[in-house]
Amino acid sequence: MSREINEHTAGEDLLIKTSVRLMVPFIQLFGLYVIVHGHYSPGGGFQGGVILGAAFILLAIAFDLKISQKYMPVTVNALFCNLGACIFIGVGVLCALVGGLFLDYSALDRLLPLGEIEWHSFGIFLVELGVGFTVMSSMILLYWNLSSGGAMDEGL
Amino acid sequence: MTILTILSLIPILLGLFFFLVGTIGILRLPDFYTRLHAAGKCDSLAAELMVCGIALYNLQPFNLANLLVSAKLLLIGAFIFVVSPTATHAITEAALVLGVKPWKRPEKRYP
Repeated sequence: MSREINEHTAGEDLLIKTSVRLMVPFIQLFGLYVIVHGHYSPGGGFQGGVILGAAFILLAIAFDLKISQKYMPVTVNALFCNLGACIFIGVGVLCALVGGLFLDYSALDRLLPLGEIEWHSFGIFLVELGVGFTVMSSMILLYWNLSSGGAMDEGL
Repeated sequence: MTILTILSLIPILLGLFFFLVGTIGILRLPDFYTRLHAAGKCDSLAAELMVCGIALYNLQPFNLANLLVSAKLLLIGAFIFVVSPTATHAITEAALVLGVKPWKRPEKRYP
């Protein structure tokens, strides 16, 4: 069995490109849904972040690394990565600053009186949002670096 | 047995039949492309039918919460309907690009 690679037919497929273009918005919507519903139903920040990152990885696989970097620039990606970590640490430290323990959401009731139970729900939501941002950008960065050998200019 | 159970049994049993046929095809067919042909039928049509049947069965006590779950199941069905043929197509194209030759009937050698 001879295996000769056809260079000119690789990576040029209309069907895959059209289908990916159709799917990516719905995958992103589903990722946001999983992040936001993390404390009611199965899911959460990590899983939603992985789904959001997978949408961009799918763009990079179906088209090119350049296309995915057009929709998610490298600097914006790094900003998202740091913003997520800052949200997580910020919420935790804010809880400690207003008199509770680290990540003790009910202490935030002294800052803005909404009720302790509501603050539990909302604090978990904020932390999950931070986790989601960080995981999304870490996944995209991992794929970019692994597929291009660290150069991040030309992928598979 | 309510009428909705019987109605939902029809697509589930049809989906089971297609899964059975697809599994036999994966085990029995001779080469990569024909096996992928069988697996593609399995993945798209049978999974679609099973999801539709489960969405029907889930409506048993008819209220808004069950209707919501059924709508989500139908959305999963719509997603499978787009994604599964695309995945089969992508695998086939990758094999074609790598130069996997399709199976042919071996020529008979007469003595």
